[in-house]
Amino acid sequence: MTDRKPPLDDFDARLRAARERQNQPHGKDGDGPANPQSGLGFAMRIGVEMVSALVVGVGIGWLLDRWLGTAPWLLVVFLFLGMAAGVMNVFRATSGLGSQVGYRPYDGENADRDSGRERD
Amino acid sequence: MATNAESGAAAAHGPLYQFEIQRIVPIEIGGLDVSFTNSALFMVLAFVVVTLFLTTGVKSRALVPGRLQSMAELSYEFIANMIRDNVGNEGRKFFPIIFTLFMFILFGNLLGLIPYSFTFTSHIIVTGAMALAVFFFVTMVGLMRHGLHFFSFFVPSGVPSVMLVLMVPIEILSYLSRPVSLSIRLFANMMAGHTMLKVFAGFVVPLGAATFGVGGLLPIAMDIALIAFELLVAFLQAYVFTVLTCLYLNDAIHLH
Repeated sequence: MTDRKPPLDDFDARLRAARERQNQPHGKDGDGPANPQSGLGFAMRIGVEMVSALVVGVGIGWLLDRWLGTAPWLLVVFLFLGMAAGVMNVFRATSGLGSQVGYRPYDGENADRDSGRERD
Repeated sequence: MATNAESGAAAAHGPLYQFEIQRIVPIEIGGLDVSFTNSALFMVLAFVVVTLFLTTGVKSRALVPGRLQSMAELSYEFIANMIRDNVGNEGRKFFPIIFTLFMFILFGNLLGLIPYSFTFTSHIIVTGAMALAVFFFVTMVGLMRHGLHFFSFFVPSGVPSVMLVLMVPIEILSYLSRPVSLSIRLFANMMAGHTMLKVFAGFVVPLGAATFGVGGLLPIAMDIALIAFELLVAFLQAYVFTVLTCLYLNDAIHLH
């Protein structure tokens, strides 16, 4: 036991290595402490994601209609835009846990995710 | 006004009565009703409890932490890790606001589970205000870091320019839906859970009276299970709110 103890001058190097590890941006080291809950937390997010975009779309359409007096037309347009945005929200959220609702280029995100998977 | 109060009194045992706002100290400034309500009381309580929990927790500053100190350290580390995993090193300077959000929501949810208390997170006006604050804060961070380049956020890359006419409005709608989903999720979960608890609790006496007390045990057992589930939800919703704040922050900081 005692002879396996590393020498003290090694300490600086080990400290630096530990700091480096701590400062890593996307360090999903050993599936951090948050992981057991995140599955359920993720499931709870998804449903609302879709509806809220629809609500925002309808709301904006209705307000613009009232403002511009273009009776039902903008409401209809924004209803469909809201639906599309809702589906896109869900697609983004489900296409990679590490990169939810992001607006990054799709291929970049893919590469990021793949490298993350290899590390796991 | 009178009918409102009457219906409130009549529905004193209804499942939705627990969400009613009551004025404790009526205050009116310039025609605005800024009364100190039960909602405000529990916000103050949450703030006081969080502050006491953290200050008394770390007061001893033991190298080997006691129970309270390790709980305080655990909550600190939990958020610190969450920021590091989701935002990276640049996210560190936002630790105070994210930690405050998490603790405030968590203790609001947990205090609301105490019988006869009030859950301020079950009101969409409260969660909506918090979600909007997060939304504007994150947008400000993005604008300050990237200037006008921030608006390239709404232009997905690798899309033919004809499709941009369609894609940019969708992206903007998707961005604007963030505070809505953030606030609805928290408020709906808290409200649904608390209503369900009250509905089952309302069955206890009638069912017990009809079956000589035996049947009353069933809804009680259900409520015990639900309380455990609500404890999980209380934590989970605070977690989801903060983790999404982190992700939004990450988007704003690491703009591509």
